Amino acid sequence: MKKRYSLKSLDTLPITAISFITTEGNETGEWRSQRPILDREKCNSCGLCWMYCPDNAIYAEGGAFQISYTYCKGCGICAKECPRGAILIEKEER
Amino acid sequence: MKKVISANQAVSYAVVAAKAQVIAAYPITPQSSIVEMLAGFCATGALQAKFINVESEHSAMAACISASVMGARTFTATSSQGLALMHELLHYASGLRLPIVMANVNRALASPFNLKADLSDSLSQRDTGWLQFYCESGQEVFDTIIQSYRISEKLLLPVMVNLEGFILSHTYEIVDLPEQSQVDLFLPPAPARECLDVDNPCMFGSTTDYYINFRYKMHQDMEEAKTFCSEIDAEFKKVFGRDYGLVSTYLCEDADLILVTAGTIAGTCRVVADRCRARGMKVGVLRIRMVRPFPGKQICEPLRKAKKVAVIDRDFSPGCGGIFAQEVKASLQGINCGLPVYEFIAGLGGKDVTDKDIELIIEQTHNMPNRGESTWIGLLK
Amino acid sequence: MDRPAQIKFPIPEEELVYSGHTACPGCGAALAMKYVLKGLGPRTIIVIPPSCMGTIAAGFPFSSLKIPVLRIPFESTAISASGIRAALDVMGKEDIHVLAWAGDGGTFDIGLQALSGAAERNDNIIYVCYDNEGYMNTGIQRSSSTPAGAWTTTTPAPFVKDTPKKDIVRIMAAHNIPYIATASIGYPADLIRKVKKAKEIGGTRFILIFSPCPTGWRYSPEMTIRLAKLGTETGIFPLYEIENGEKYTLSSKRPEKPLRDYFALQGRFRNLTKENLQQFEERVEKEREYLKRLAG
Repeated sequence: MKKRYSLKSLDTLPITAISFITTEGNETGEWRSQRPILDREKCNSCGLCWMYCPDNAIYAEGGAFQISYTYCKGCGICAKECPRGAILIEKEER
Repeated sequence: MKKVISANQAVSYAVVAAKAQVIAAYPITPQSSIVEMLAGFCATGALQAKFINVESEHSAMAACISASVMGARTFTATSSQGLALMHELLHYASGLRLPIVMANVNRALASPFNLKADLSDSLSQRDTGWLQFYCESGQEVFDTIIQSYRISEKLLLPVMVNLEGFILSHTYEIVDLPEQSQVDLFLPPAPARECLDVDNPCMFGSTTDYYINFRYKMHQDMEEAKTFCSEIDAEFKKVFGRDYGLVSTYLCEDADLILVTAGTIAGTCRVVADRCRARGMKVGVLRIRMVRPFPGKQICEPLRKAKKVAVIDRDFSPGCGGIFAQEVKASLQGINCGLPVYEFIAGLGGKDVTDKDIELIIEQTHNMPNRGESTWIGLLK
Repeated sequence: MDRPAQIKFPIPEEELVYSGHTACPGCGAALAMKYVLKGLGPRTIIVIPPSCMGTIAAGFPFSSLKIPVLRIPFESTAISASGIRAALDVMGKEDIHVLAWAGDGGTFDIGLQALSGAAERNDNIIYVCYDNEGYMNTGIQRSSSTPAGAWTTTTPAPFVKDTPKKDIVRIMAAHNIPYIATASIGYPADLIRKVKKAKEIGGTRFILIFSPCPTGWRYSPEMTIRLAKLGTETGIFPLYEIENGEKYTLSSKRPEKPLRDYFALQGRFRNLTKENLQQFEERVEKEREYLKRLAG
């Protein structure tokens, strides 16, 4: 992504609406009203939760799948689709 | 090389000389011969361009927009209903700041259907962010298309070149088609600009609350266009020996009465002005060539010393009057000279505006008090 | 936790959609985009008209897609892709995929003319319609893809839509384009296989993707994949491919679940009558027979 623009002044704005910043950092996890919890003992890393997550909030790190609470909107698809019942849904406490 | 060609053919030759890369157009009378000729040039390889046989004018402009966002030099041509169908995309093209060049062959808007010249089609689009030129001859059409690419690629604003249907589009006259090397000298490949690129992805055209800022940038560049177009015209003269100005004046310096108009009516006005001069009546002619941005200063300067001005409009804004008349009056307001402006509507739907009509206009302007409303020329009794 | 690493990626690993996009929780369209881009890869340019995806792709100065995006007017999806292809061709860049991406409103309705034009010219583009059966972005209004019996804000209960969903695939098949497929976000591997197949073919390719919408269909977001699968398992949305307008290949099995399983999960069908249900059953059966006959 191009970074040479900035929103600070007319001069540094692009000539038209040319988007130059990624949505990474937009913490959509704040929307969450329920929270998926991954039970590592039950998880066999089949990757279905990763595959079905609309927000790419499940990622592989250190040989296991992890849930990013920065981005997880709490839709619950991962819990519903996990064939081993390794993801539980809890109410989000804020 | 001098050739006897129609203005539509002049358009096509100019597009070849400008080395357009993507052409998308939909046929409509009286523009069709442009489409046919360009399709032929692309098929034979005389022009190394992609020609897209689109299914509507809306798609013609959409194709030009997306090809232009990729960095291609694009062209389309249309007329009347077709231009109206494009309306949404005209805003889109200028908003994306794309150097698209389009020829519009002026034709009356339906209903009722009428295939002949009327400037209301393009004047209805004057708020879309396109530069607009109105031509008077086949040569001017050719030259203006070439100039337009230079202008649009510098300012990143689209340009519409207008020529009146049949009166100009289908009239054969001598046009000097310059050597390709000369055109290349004046019009090199487009300078680099921000485009869509898989190696450096970005998004064009998303929703924004910065809207007013982008519109202000467009305003600034439209303002700059007034000087830049004059500079390009001067540069053009150095290479090709011809220039046109943003407005062209004829015998205006000492004129008591100045006829103001656009397009081909100006030629008839000049002939009549000469006749009037022979009778001792000081008549001048001012032809407006560029309508957006509106060169108010360049128009007011020659008018300032006249006693009366008559604006002849081959166009009409219902409930308001002649469109050029309104624009001229608004500009004159800025210099506060109290000059009376007489408004005439003539030649709608391709009706001939004859020397007799012009003489009548002069007579009425000379004899009558300014009533502040338009007089229609050539109506049934 | 000392298990050896045994991570499996059932579909290609590379993500071309950034997190932080603003799709509703459980959005089917976001999944469709994720899968299609996994199939196409990063050397892809996309055009997006007004649609939920326009919103998901983000407003200025942000973008949630890792590929170049052109936002275009509503009616112009297919031709805008064609314009990009024309520019690429003239510049000699032929290894880039051009993806036209629109919703059912942008495809079945306002974009149909431009789509038909591109298909008739056989322009070298991949057109994906993510089908959520309504104008969801503007607030759940009916489209010509909305099925009979469904509530939307412009077919309010009890005056629910009384005409069946337009069969866009038959319309596209009539253009005899090289490749057409229906796919579903419930079956990502099948979807990606079809995208990859399309990628290897030239000309106009059309893929219709069944993309349930929790907000518009009135169901709980965790059910998105379940519903997508049910759509196919009940025969509402059969999966198949059409090559050159004549070679039909069915990629879904004979419907095995009752239609009411599908309807019961969705609030939009709350007003469905027995009559409606019967009509659906007849239509599903007829469609199945029709496809079977063509698939031989």
